[in-house]
Amino acid sequence: MLVASMERTKDPAALASICKQIRRHIITMTGAAKSGHPGGSLSAVEIVTTLYWDVMRHDPARPDWPDRDRFILSKGHAAPVLYAALAECGYTPKEALNTLRKLGSIYQGHPDKRFIPVLEASTGSLGEGLSAGIGMALAARLDKRDYRTYVLLGDGEIQEGQIWEAAMFASYQKIDNICAIVDYNKIQLDGFVKEILDLEPLADKWRAFGWHVIELDGHDIPALQKAFAEAAATKGKPAVIIAHTVKGKGVSFMENNPKYHGVAPTPEEVELALKELA
Amino acid sequence: MLIAAKYEKKLGPATREAFGRALAELGRENPDIVVGDADLTKSTMTTYFAKEFPERLFECGIAEANMVAIGAGLALAGKIPFVSSFSAFVMTKGFEQLRVLVAYPNVNLKVVGTHSGISIGEDGPSQMSVEEIALACALPNFVVISPADEAATKWAVRWAAEHYGPVFIRTGRPKAPIVYNSDASFEIGKAVELVPGTDVTIVATGLMVAEALLAAGQLEGEGISARVLDIHTIKPLDEEALERAARETGALVVVEEHLVDSGLGVRVAQALAKRCPAPVEFIGLEGYAESGSPDELLDKYGLRAPNIVDAVRRVLARK
Repeated sequence: MLVASMERTKDPAALASICKQIRRHIITMTGAAKSGHPGGSLSAVEIVTTLYWDVMRHDPARPDWPDRDRFILSKGHAAPVLYAALAECGYTPKEALNTLRKLGSIYQGHPDKRFIPVLEASTGSLGEGLSAGIGMALAARLDKRDYRTYVLLGDGEIQEGQIWEAAMFASYQKIDNICAIVDYNKIQLDGFVKEILDLEPLADKWRAFGWHVIELDGHDIPALQKAFAEAAATKGKPAVIIAHTVKGKGVSFMENNPKYHGVAPTPEEVELALKELA
Repeated sequence: MLIAAKYEKKLGPATREAFGRALAELGRENPDIVVGDADLTKSTMTTYFAKEFPERLFECGIAEANMVAIGAGLALAGKIPFVSSFSAFVMTKGFEQLRVLVAYPNVNLKVVGTHSGISIGEDGPSQMSVEEIALACALPNFVVISPADEAATKWAVRWAAEHYGPVFIRTGRPKAPIVYNSDASFEIGKAVELVPGTDVTIVATGLMVAEALLAAGQLEGEGISARVLDIHTIKPLDEEALERAARETGALVVVEEHLVDSGLGVRVAQALAKRCPAPVEFIGLEGYAESGSPDELLDKYGLRAPNIVDAVRRVLARK
């Protein structure tokens, strides 16, 4: 049964407790699916939770509200964190989360608008979400609506050239109703980002492309709250939050372990992880 | 409205020009029409729209992938975006974005490719799009339109704006021979029988429709009754008209300004194999062309009425 209501909060302790619940979902979902991307889902939990429970203007009872803020999970492989948040908000059924990746499930391997119409976009091919978000931000400007668009990018993802086409366009067009967040967990599929195609100096790159840059610890909820407010207050240029995160955050044996980019926990590992997240 | 077999070739505006004019007209009627271009507004003719509605024309610079994905975002936020560039660039550099952001979730984006085929002339093969019918038709949910002339293009642009879902329209650079009266009406997915005929059917699209009409006139003089079908909608394809043509005329020639191995011809062959197998000859490009004037290129690469007439003779011998 869908309960299209949620209790929003600004209290960091309350948000931290929601984060723990989201992490438990990520572990059980990927464990049940026996595949998926737990590491990059766990690294983004505070970012997604702070957005959905505090920062973003949205209403699960009115998913087609024209003035709702938009969220695009450009790093589509982190679908479990988004599915857990949508279900906890009441957009989608919580009891079906464990059907992730199974035939007929609305919880597809990567976010799919055909199965979950409240998703703002279908993603999964990296590098595309920022441009799509810019399209939404342009539409808001044309329609004189004040909704904001949030795009969550992976660190490996921004190796895609299209990200920088989009970055150049957004600042040139002075698009200030968009906020990009880089989930900088330092690990991609083949290993550590710095050993594959280093992004550094990352903040300088975004600055050179004309963006207002905020760097923080992506697990620090008050810092995230402050950063989203700073981004919203930034006029005349787009803002990016470079969120330094830990891949696999919250589960000791998954933290900083490249293995868990795309490997699901075994039943024993699920049990261990849930103990840590009790 | 239909033109008789004694077709006289008279040049009208280029189909890209017709697209640009139609887009500006639509812009006046509907404030939700927005346009993306990648530094080619003066060539794609979105310049007319840009002059009237600068705030609704997004110049993306030379970054087609970004342009296509921004278009998808605009559509997802309720706009009716047209994104345009040379077919050779928008369909190749934007293909992956069209696949994931547009085709698969059925997003309401319109893509208009200009400078299709070899008739762009002197710029040469890097700018000539000869693969994009294959690319566009490969994308589920896309409607693919290849108009023959100004009137057909204007209809196609208007239809695309009214239809919910992704559309690709293929237009060309050179002045296009007039095939239709300006008030001609069309139906999506329904071929137009421009010339009735009983011995053979010439199936053509885009700029080749005029050549097919010329060929039919020449064949009539030789006592061969050739039907001419304009396939303005390549997807969905009018399989019924093709089946009827196969049953009633027994042989077909397909002619297109596209690679012969991946365009309209293979789709026609698939339809006939399902419904009514018949001998078919295929006219198109075997590979990449070269620089030259549009007329020289169409002559050299065999996309002319006499080439169609030869193909008709070959296919009749196989009947």
